[in-house]
Amino acid sequence: MSLLQSMAQRDRVFDFLVPSESPVDVRHGPILYMEDVTVSFDGFKAINDLNLTIDDGELRCIIGPNGAGKTTMMDIITGKTRPDTGSVWFGSRHNLLTLSEPEIARLGIGRKFQKPTVFEALTVFENLELAMATDKRVLPTLMARMNGDIRDRIDEVLGMIGLEAQYRQPAGILSHGQKQWLEIGMLLMQRPRLLLVDEPVAGMTEQEMERTAELLTGLAGKQSVVVVEHDMGFVRSIARKVTVLHQGSVLAEGTMDQVQSDPKVIEVYLGESEEAA
Amino acid sequence: MHWLGQPFKERSTLIFLGVLLTALVAVTVLHLVVPQGHPLYVSAYTVNLFGKYLSYALLAVAVDLVWGYLGILSLGHGAFFALGGYAMGMYLMRQIGERGVYGHPVLPDFMVFLNWDSLPWYWYGFDSAWIAFPMVMLAPGLLALVFGFLAFRSRVTGVYLSIITQAMTFALMLAFFRNEMGFGGNNGLTDFRDILGFDLRSDQVRLGLFLATGIALALGFVLCRAIVTSKLGRVCVAARDAEARTRFLGYRVERVQLFVFVVSAMLAGVAGALYVPQVGIINPSEFSPLFSIEIVVWVALGGRATLYGAVIGAILVNYAKTVFTGIMPDAWLFALGGLFVLVTVLLPKGIAGVLAYRVRKRGVTENDGKEATA
Repeated sequence: MSLLQSMAQRDRVFDFLVPSESPVDVRHGPILYMEDVTVSFDGFKAINDLNLTIDDGELRCIIGPNGAGKTTMMDIITGKTRPDTGSVWFGSRHNLLTLSEPEIARLGIGRKFQKPTVFEALTVFENLELAMATDKRVLPTLMARMNGDIRDRIDEVLGMIGLEAQYRQPAGILSHGQKQWLEIGMLLMQRPRLLLVDEPVAGMTEQEMERTAELLTGLAGKQSVVVVEHDMGFVRSIARKVTVLHQGSVLAEGTMDQVQSDPKVIEVYLGESEEAA
Repeated sequence: MHWLGQPFKERSTLIFLGVLLTALVAVTVLHLVVPQGHPLYVSAYTVNLFGKYLSYALLAVAVDLVWGYLGILSLGHGAFFALGGYAMGMYLMRQIGERGVYGHPVLPDFMVFLNWDSLPWYWYGFDSAWIAFPMVMLAPGLLALVFGFLAFRSRVTGVYLSIITQAMTFALMLAFFRNEMGFGGNNGLTDFRDILGFDLRSDQVRLGLFLATGIALALGFVLCRAIVTSKLGRVCVAARDAEARTRFLGYRVERVQLFVFVVSAMLAGVAGALYVPQVGIINPSEFSPLFSIEIVVWVALGGRATLYGAVIGAILVNYAKTVFTGIMPDAWLFALGGLFVLVTVLLPKGIAGVLAYRVRKRGVTENDGKEATA
């Protein structure tokens, strides 16, 4: 069966079969729409009948205990993992399940990994340069020239993430927090419509957390942002709407206060976390 | 085409080209102008030897391009080198004409010996340089394209890729050993006479081949530097260090890898084609896995991801090999192994790493001096 499916996905072999990259259609509201998605690994259902809708321009926090399926959900959206059943749409035009990782990235979904991954051998400036939304095929990349517009865009993002002074340093010598910001900056260079951010404040100091919160809330409105986070204090400081995942499906959804008073949620997650805090 | 001009803005490239051109001119002058018997006289034999080193240096640059910048440790680049060599060898065979031992107007000696009555189809056209010389790049390029397409599409990387490149060159060696392949079996192709109408055994032609190899090395070096300093070069480094991240940025990493791998294979083919007329023979031993590993040792000794380090490594190791095998032939492999271990332990960045460190140190002391006076 999977062989048949992979043979049917001829577009992943022949480029000319790929639908041309058309703009994302958000006239009907949501920018991301996941319906009845299920994924199992060796019989374990990491995602179980998940339904999730993200509106255009929204800042959404997703919380849930370990193993709730948060990272798997991001893997599905970015094309790294294919679900067994269900559908995932970006706007109302693009079926993400038929696209490859780079195609999804080019459509405008940017992802920040849990562990900061920047290109350590390259400078901060070069990291941002590579992330810039532009023609990323091999020959155009070979011929690419630096120009004033690109430099301005990079300077603008350098300002947003507060790394102007470090732009010539190799990314490898940045502090943990600075790497996280650089990675968010790289996502911004792609001018994404939807940003997926996985645990942005893990291992950050109090001050770094505040700066990150400012950065993310500043982005919402222009971009849709989905933040997966463990730190409840941080979630409270930025979230307008919170989704609680549990065992691969949505347990509750609403404002932070609504979610916190939900007895189901208290039972599986918030209760223990509040005690710990 | 501004990207091809980019290397000329780098000091290291200008120094490299300066040193290389000086060496080419110096050898030419010492060979032609200085009288024989003078201590500075460079004999035709030595010119020939230098030419061989330069073709190895070009091969090492090709390997450093994929290993240093893309992180693909190819243990099969000898195969591309040998394919380029065979394409040149086939041309040289056809140039022998009726002067072979059997005097057959069309068939090379070994085919007459095997009682073949006609030329196999894949030998057609190799009597013309217009077909044979492009094949020097096309044959290895095509192999790299097919091999790389399959390997990179399946996301085979790291040690697994190294192993299959090794298997590829080993399989080709076994195939070329067979007489039925039509490439001369274990004797290979040899007994060459002319290249482009010039007598291969004359001193002038040897000097010409040496100079041509030097120029090919300079051009190959500039091409690699141009790729490395372009945005594509930075994407290579990005893919080397964090492949998944590069994919999520929207780059098709497998295509970048394929492109650079094919360019590298073609350069290796050119190196092989320049090597064959200078040593006068090509046989399946060039496909041997050991040779491909030796190339990697040159690059590691010289220093990865600098390109000029690969040149230094290739020339030094092969010079040492010439000297050593003259004194005690049996000890050479031990010496090579020992050298490799020493460099890995003491100079992890190779000889180029030591050079870069000295330059940086000098730069720092100069800056200190300026600050002190200011």
